[in-house]
Amino acid sequence: MSGRLPTGGRLIDRRLPVEFTFNGKRMEGLEGDTLASALMANGQRLVGRSFKYHRPRGVVASGAEEPNALLTTGHGRREEPNQRATTTELFAGLEARSQNHWPSLEFDIGALNARLSRFLTAGFYYKMFMWPRAFWKHVYEPVIRQSAGLGPAPNARDADIYEHSYATVDVLVIGGGVAGLIAAQSAAAAGARVMLIEQTAAWGGRAMVDGAVIEGQGAEPWVEATTEALAARENVDLRPRTMGAGVYDHGYVLAYERLCDHDPQDGAPRHRLWKIRARQIVTATGAIERPLAFAGNDLPGVMLASAIRDYVVNWGVHAGARTVIVTNNDDAYRTALTLLDAGLDVPAILDARDEVTGALPDEARARGIRVEAGAGIAKVKGAAKVEGVAVCRQGGDGTVTEEIACDAVAMSGGWSPVVHLWSHPGGKLVWNADHALFAPDPDAAPKGADGQPFVIPAGAAAGPGDAGFTTTHALASGAEAGAEAARRTGHKAKAVKPPMADDPAEGPLTPVWVMPQGATPEARGKMWLDFQNDVKVSDVEQAAREGYQSVEHTKRYTTLGMATDQGKLSNINGLAILADSLGEPIPEVGTTTFRPPYTPISMGAIGGEARGALFQPVRRTPVHDWHEANGAHWEPVGHWRRPYTFLREGESVEQAVQREVRNTREAVGLLDASTLGKILVRGPDAGAFLDMMYTNMMSTLPPGRCRYGLMCSENGFLIDDGVVARIDEESWLCHTTTGGADRIHAHMEEWLQTEWWDMKVFTANITEQYAQFAVVGPEARNLLEDIGGMDLSAEALPFMHWAEGQIGGFDTRVFRISFSGELSYEIAVPAGQGRAFWDRLLSVGKPYGIMPYGTEALHIMRAEKGFIMIGDETDGTVIPQDLGLNWAISKKKADFLGKRAQERTHMADPGRWQLVGLRTLNGSVLEDGAYAIGEGRNANGQQSVEGRVTSTYFSPTLGRGIAMGLVREGPNRMGEILQFTRIGAAPVEARIVSPVFYDPDGERQNG
Amino acid sequence: MAETTSALPGARFDGAVLIEEAGLRGMITLKGDLAATRLHSAATGVAGVDFPGQGEANCVGEHGLCWMAPDELLILVPYARAAEDSAAIATALAGTHHLVTNVSDARVIFTAAGPAAREVLAKLTPADLHPDSFRPGQFRRTRLAQAPAAYWMRDAETFEIIAFRSMAAYVFDLLVGAANPAAPVGRY
Amino acid sequence: MLILRCPYCGIDADETELTPGGEAHITRAGPGSSDAEFEAYLFLRENPKGVHFERWRHSYGCGKWFHAARCTATNEVFGTYSAQVTAPPKELCQKISGKRPGWLSRWLS
Repeated sequence: MSGRLPTGGRLIDRRLPVEFTFNGKRMEGLEGDTLASALMANGQRLVGRSFKYHRPRGVVASGAEEPNALLTTGHGRREEPNQRATTTELFAGLEARSQNHWPSLEFDIGALNARLSRFLTAGFYYKMFMWPRAFWKHVYEPVIRQSAGLGPAPNARDADIYEHSYATVDVLVIGGGVAGLIAAQSAAAAGARVMLIEQTAAWGGRAMVDGAVIEGQGAEPWVEATTEALAARENVDLRPRTMGAGVYDHGYVLAYERLCDHDPQDGAPRHRLWKIRARQIVTATGAIERPLAFAGNDLPGVMLASAIRDYVVNWGVHAGARTVIVTNNDDAYRTALTLLDAGLDVPAILDARDEVTGALPDEARARGIRVEAGAGIAKVKGAAKVEGVAVCRQGGDGTVTEEIACDAVAMSGGWSPVVHLWSHPGGKLVWNADHALFAPDPDAAPKGADGQPFVIPAGAAAGPGDAGFTTTHALASGAEAGAEAARRTGHKAKAVKPPMADDPAEGPLTPVWVMPQGATPEARGKMWLDFQNDVKVSDVEQAAREGYQSVEHTKRYTTLGMATDQGKLSNINGLAILADSLGEPIPEVGTTTFRPPYTPISMGAIGGEARGALFQPVRRTPVHDWHEANGAHWEPVGHWRRPYTFLREGESVEQAVQREVRNTREAVGLLDASTLGKILVRGPDAGAFLDMMYTNMMSTLPPGRCRYGLMCSENGFLIDDGVVARIDEESWLCHTTTGGADRIHAHMEEWLQTEWWDMKVFTANITEQYAQFAVVGPEARNLLEDIGGMDLSAEALPFMHWAEGQIGGFDTRVFRISFSGELSYEIAVPAGQGRAFWDRLLSVGKPYGIMPYGTEALHIMRAEKGFIMIGDETDGTVIPQDLGLNWAISKKKADFLGKRAQERTHMADPGRWQLVGLRTLNGSVLEDGAYAIGEGRNANGQQSVEGRVTSTYFSPTLGRGIAMGLVREGPNRMGEILQFTRIGAAPVEARIVSPVFYDPDGERQNG
Repeated sequence: MAETTSALPGARFDGAVLIEEAGLRGMITLKGDLAATRLHSAATGVAGVDFPGQGEANCVGEHGLCWMAPDELLILVPYARAAEDSAAIATALAGTHHLVTNVSDARVIFTAAGPAAREVLAKLTPADLHPDSFRPGQFRRTRLAQAPAAYWMRDAETFEIIAFRSMAAYVFDLLVGAANPAAPVGRY
Repeated sequence: MLILRCPYCGIDADETELTPGGEAHITRAGPGSSDAEFEAYLFLRENPKGVHFERWRHSYGCGKWFHAARCTATNEVFGTYSAQVTAPPKELCQKISGKRPGWLSRWLS
C-alpha cells in the first residue's frame, strides 16, 4: 500500500526517485524525503520494537522528538545504530535496518516480555535484579540485557572524518523558523555579528505547514526573501543542518553541523562540531506537541497531529486513509483540514473539551467533519496497527459509546515550548496554567560573566503570546529578541517592523493528562508516556504509591525521560501524572533537569581531529626519524616517544636490551637524551631561588660544575630530580626528568610569580633548543677525542664538570655526568645540528663498536648502580629520606620547599619503608610491584606486608635478577631474607642488600 | 657552522590554503623590563622594527619583535644572526636584570596562506579570528588543538605560526587536516 | 566553560587556555610553623557557594598567574587582578559588595 499522495509535498522533488533498502527490501523514495517519510510512502508502518516490552512501534513524530523510529543505517565502516528516521535525510543507496527484535521485525520472540509486563514495572531493575544471586550471571545479564536494548554498537572503524570549528559572535540565533529569521534580521540590521543555525535542511520552521499567513499570502515568499537577504549580509552566517546541542556558562555553545549525512562521501568531514562563544543567544527553538495518554496510544498509526500534517504538507505522504483526530485544543483541527484538502477521510474529531468554539473548529464543522465535544478514546483497536477507536466520554470511566473504524489516529495534547537550551545554563521556568506548559521565566534568565542575562527566548520557545502560539507573536517576539540581543552587545538596535500576519482566533485548551479521566487501572497500564523506554501512566502512579515524591527520583525509578530522546514527548505528561498522584499542583512538582546535547551527537564529532595519529600530540626528538628507520621499539614517555630498545633482525626485545647493556658496559653506547628537560634560571636572586626549589644547596655550586638535585613538593614528597649546572655567576641550567620539563618549569614560575615575586629571577624552558646525547662506556673518551676539538681528559673535564666548545665543528656543551656508572659525556648541540652530530658519532664510533641504546638499557644500568628513577622509586608518597638520599638534603638551609612537611611525625617515623637492594636467593627476577610478606594480618584481615619492589630487572652485567624496593626499616636489616609475593605462584625468597650492585666505588664513572 | 636542519624541511600542503614549513628562522627570547629604554634600544637595534605594544607583533621579512608577556619579547632575526645578536643584546644589557637566550632551534615556523586562512586556523584555535578582532600587527599565544602555539598575520591572508620543534609533525598534520579542500566553512 | 580576562595580556582567554590553581591568597607556613598552621596552609581551603577568590594561570598564553573573583554559584566574574598581591584590591571588594549585598568575607574588614 502506497502512502504517497498524488499531489503535494513542498520538500520533495517528484522527478527524482531515490532508491534505498529497509531490512534488505528495496524501496523507492523521492529527493527531499526523510527516511521516515520514505518508509511511510512505501506503506511501512512498523519500524521497530519497543525497548522493554518489544511492542510493535511506528513513526510518531516528524522531527528530533521522535521516540520510536530508531534505525541502524549503513554497514561496515559506515554502520550507525539508533538513527532517528525522522531526521535522517534520504539518499541513494541508504540502508536501514530495524532494531531490538529477534528473529525478525514482524515476528519477535522478545514480545514475550509484554506477557511478563507485570514483572517489568517501575523500578524492576532494583526489585528483580536483587535475587537470587545466581540469576545475575545466567539470566539477567545475558537474557534481559540482550532483549532490552537499542541497536548494537558497530565493530568496524569509522570511515568518516570529523572536525571542530570555533566562532565568536555577538548574537547566535538558534532555530530558523520565522521567529529565528526575524531575530537574525533585527540583530544583523543593527550591525551585530550574527550566526543563525537551524537543525533541519529547510528554513521557515512550521509556518508553511501550519498555514501561516504573512502579508496576505502563505509564509513561503517571506521566508525565502528573508533568508536570501540574510545570506547576502556580510555580518550573518547562516547554517542549516546545524543543531544547537548545548548552551553553557559564559555564552559557550556547542552546535552540531551535519555536513555529509545526507550525501555520504570519502574525504569530506561528516560532522563539524562548532564551539561558539556568543555574547547573546536567541533561542527560537519552537515547540513540541504532546501526545495524549489513552489506552493503546503506542500502536503504529497513532501519531502526533502535527506530524501527520507535516507528512502531508512537506512530503506528500499520509499515515492512513481514515484518520480520527483526538485533541484538547484547536491546533489539531489544522490537521483535519489539511487531511480534507488532501482528499483523505476524517471520520471524527474527538475533542476532550466540553465546549468547542474557535475559528478552526467552526471551519471543520462547516466542511462537514463530525466534531464530538467532551469525547475521548477509551481504547485503540488493533493488534499491530490501528484498526479503529473505541469512543468514550472524557469525563467518564471509559464506557464505550461507539466504535469508529479508522487506520490512523492523530493526537494532540497541546504544545510545550522547547526550553532545553534556555535551561542548560540555568534559565528558570514558569508554569502557564492556561496553556498547561512550562515556559521560560523572563525574570530568571541564565546570566553570563557580567552577571547579566545572555539568553533570550523568541517565538514559540518563549511560550504563547496573548492570543496563543500565533505567527503574529512569533514575528513580534523574534524581532524584539534580535534587537534586544544586539542592544546588549553594544549596538544601537531597533526591532525590524514585523510583517503583518493573520491568525485565526483559537479557543482555550483544556489540560488532559489521562483519557478518560476515570480510566480503569487496566487501561492505565496501556497508556504510554515514554514510548522509547516503555513507561506507562501506571508506572508513574505506582512510583507515587511507593513513596516517590521528587520528580528527579521518579524519573530514575521509572526511567521516564531517560531514553535517547530525553523525554521530549513524555516529560510534561509524566510529571502531570505524578503531580496528580501526589495531589500537588504541577509547578510544585517541577521538571527534571535538561541536559545537553539536545539530541544525540556523534562520538566522531566530539573527538574532531583528535583520532589516529592526532589523538594526542607525539613529541619527537631531532633524531626521531633515525630511530624509526633503525628498529626503534617505541615507549611513550609523557607525550614523547623514546626508543625502548633498537631491535635487530631476529632479536627479541629482551635480547636487544641485554646486548645494548653489555655493549655500553664493554665498549660504547649512545643514548638520545634530548627529552630531558632543560630550564635556564637567571638573575641576581637565582641562587637563593634554587636553594628554595631544591633540597640541596645550589647557590654554592661553582660555575663549571654540576650537582645532582632533588625537588620536593610542599607536601615533602619527591617530585623530580636532575643535574643542575652552574653556567655563570647569575645563570644555572636545571635538568629535569623527561616528563617533567613543562611541569617543573610551571612549578618554578608559580613560586616566582605568586610567592617570591620580589626575587629577581627569570626562567626559560629551553628543552627543545638542544639535542642531547649521552656517549657512554669505556671507549667514550677515545671516540670523542677522535672527532676532536675539545680537551675531554679527566684532568680538563673531571666528573661532575661541564664545558663549552666545538667538537668536530659542532657547537656543544659537554656535561661529565653519568646515569649508568660508566665513563659518560652528555653532549648538547643545537637541535638543528642534532641529526648531523648523531650521524657523526655513529660513523666515528664504528671502530669502537658504538651502538645506540634505549630506555630499558638505561633503566637496567641505573638500577645496577642503585640510582633511583622518579616514577619507579617514587609514587607521590615517598620522601627523599626514604630513598637514602639524606646526603642531598641540606642541613644548613633554613628553608626549602618540603622542609616543613618532612618534619611531620609520620615523615620522621623510623618505621617508614626505605630503599634497599634485593637479591633473590635463586637468582630469579622478582615480580614488579611484588610485596614483602609480613607477619600476621592487618586490621582488614588481609595478609600484612612490610615492603614492595619498586624496580626489578635481569642484569646482564651480573647475570642474575636484581631489584630495588622499599622495606620497613630496610637499611637496618641488611642480610635479612624476606618472602616476596608472586602472582599465581609460591612466594620467592630475597635477601636485603645494598642497592648498589655494580662498581660501588664509582671507579668507572670517575675515570 | 655545522649542517643545520629545520624541524620539518620542505613540508608543504596545497589545500584550502597553502601550508609550508618556513625553514630556519632566528628566534631570541628576551626577558626583562620592557619599559626600560636600554632594553628597547637593544631589541629594536637587532630587529630593526618598532617596539611592539601589548599583544602586538611588528614583523618585516625575517625580522620582527613579538610581545610574548609583560616581561618577555620574542625577537625574530635571520637564523645565521641569532647567536651573534643574542650576544649583542646580552652585552647591551649587561648589569641589568634580564635573560636572553637563543631559541631558534626550539621552534618550528609554518605559514598558512590563502583567502581561507582564517577559517582553517579557526578549526584549531579557540581565539577569535574574525577580521574585526584579529589583524596583521597582532600577536596571539594560544593553542592549536592540543599544542601550544603562537601566530600573527604577515598580511590579510597569511598567518605565520610558531610551535615547539618536537610537535612540528603534529602541528603540520593538524594544519593539513584543517586545510582539507573538501571541508570549506565559508565563514570569513 | 569560562572566559577570564588575563590582566597581564588583556586577552579574554578561553578556559581551555587556562590552568586553575585553587584558592588565592593562601599564606605560606614554612619551617617553624605549628602543625595547625601548616595544616591550614597545606590542606584547609574555603569552599564557598558564592564569591570566591582563586588563582588561574594563562598557561597557553603569556604564562602568567593571575587572580579572579568569581561567584561559584552563577559564574559571574567580578574581576581579575594581579597575582602579586596578598589580598584582593579594595575597589574590587567594594564592587562585589555592591553586587552582593550582605556578602561576607575576611577581606572586607
